[in-house]
Amino acid sequence: MKMTSTQHETQAATAATGEQFEPKIIAFCCNWCSYAGADLAGVSRLQMPTNFLVLRAMCSARVDPEHVLRAFSKGADGVMVLGCHPADCHYIGGNYRTRRRIALLKMLLEQYGLDPERLKLEWVSASEGVKFQNTVTDFVEMIREMGPNPLIEAEKQHKAERAKYGH
Amino acid sequence: MAKKVSIAQYWGAGCGGCDVALLDIDERILGVAEMADIAFWPIAVDTKLKDVEAMPDKSITITLYNGAIRNSENEHVAKLLRQKSQIMVSFGSCACYGGIPGLANVTNKKAIMDYVYNKTFSSINPDETLPQVKYQAPEGELELPVLYDTVLTLDDVVDVDYYMPGCPPAVSLINEFLDIVEKHVKEGADLPPKGSFIASQKTLCDECGREKSYEPIDRIYLPHEIDIDPEKCMLDQGVICLGPATRAGCGAQCLNANQPCRGCMGPTAAVEDHGGSMLSALASIFRTADNETHLSEDDILKMMSEIKDPLGTFYAFTMPKSIIKRKVTERKAEVSE
Repeated sequence: MKMTSTQHETQAATAATGEQFEPKIIAFCCNWCSYAGADLAGVSRLQMPTNFLVLRAMCSARVDPEHVLRAFSKGADGVMVLGCHPADCHYIGGNYRTRRRIALLKMLLEQYGLDPERLKLEWVSASEGVKFQNTVTDFVEMIREMGPNPLIEAEKQHKAERAKYGH
Repeated sequence: MAKKVSIAQYWGAGCGGCDVALLDIDERILGVAEMADIAFWPIAVDTKLKDVEAMPDKSITITLYNGAIRNSENEHVAKLLRQKSQIMVSFGSCACYGGIPGLANVTNKKAIMDYVYNKTFSSINPDETLPQVKYQAPEGELELPVLYDTVLTLDDVVDVDYYMPGCPPAVSLINEFLDIVEKHVKEGADLPPKGSFIASQKTLCDECGREKSYEPIDRIYLPHEIDIDPEKCMLDQGVICLGPATRAGCGAQCLNANQPCRGCMGPTAAVEDHGGSMLSALASIFRTADNETHLSEDDILKMMSEIKDPLGTFYAFTMPKSIIKRKVTERKAEVSE
């Protein structure tokens, strides 16, 4: 029987760690909409996976590409940037900057060999607790299928190469 | 005159331009010769590595190391010169950030060897023979340096005292550094604190005389596609210029020649990732249209696809010093290969 790539990954991940791969997700939420949306999901006791860590930013446009890149380099398997819907930005046009940056950043991640889907932009308003729940749940599942962030493996290989030549 | 100093200059993975840049200081080179002995400088004087090995530790006053660290020989000499020198200067963009050779991090050793020795049009290599690190010749065993999978910077392998970015470092900066050294040698003046950049602390826009209108752009132009107005900001005209993210100190030479900045001076101290900083700046100057709320993320991606090669554009000189550093492979991609 021919295995699908997903089965391959799951097997590989299981073999490597002895347990199922649990993705680590960073979720940048804007202060005015998405953070409140996340809060609403919480106080409404909506069930969702616990693989994510919320970081509050004043605006989704405050999320510098450097923050996203650093999250990946430190081992995040996926990064979400959540902001106000178009036309709803507290700062009028912050989310318009964000969507341009994220689009460009996805192109960049692809060139670095990372799956651009590891970075997700979504609009979540303060009243959309359910949308927050669904976004997180779907994203965690997608990353789980995708497997771990390859940067960590590359770092290990790099260290092994350095050690091989006696440095 | 007080005691003489000794200077060494060496090239790692570089083009030799930095060695030549030191000669660009014109007649001042005579002053350098008066002030300093040349301990080791393969491009200019006939000294051998074994001469350096025989020197006592810390006997060379200053080493200017240019070029990235790409093979075991680069690393070996860098470590040797560090041991023999009092001051180690990371000279030029390649030593500081990886430079153009650093772009090899978009691929790997295996792919490079395969391309160079098997796939180029000029290669006829039916047996697919690749260079070996060791070879048994009749005269004895011959050895070649090991090519690394990842291009490194000088400060990845040795302790660095000062950084002089630039491709090559501007003559004004070389002169500034020589002044510092001269004052130190002749008058005993203090050297700058360790880790200093011999360059400006501001971004290139501070040095650039072009007029900025803050007008948003609709598309990107390559420099040859339009007549660039020499008075107006490059970015206002839709030409990608890395000025806002790049350290000043070069005197905006490229902009004075009506060409955009490509970022050889690297980022300022406040920024870790040069490309990320420029990416952020460039994305922000695209026009937000009246129908912005009706645009989907796919429309935006199409708009940003105007920028053909983000990695090569934003990290042309700084990939090995970027946060991600090198290309990686997703497991999914590996399985399908």
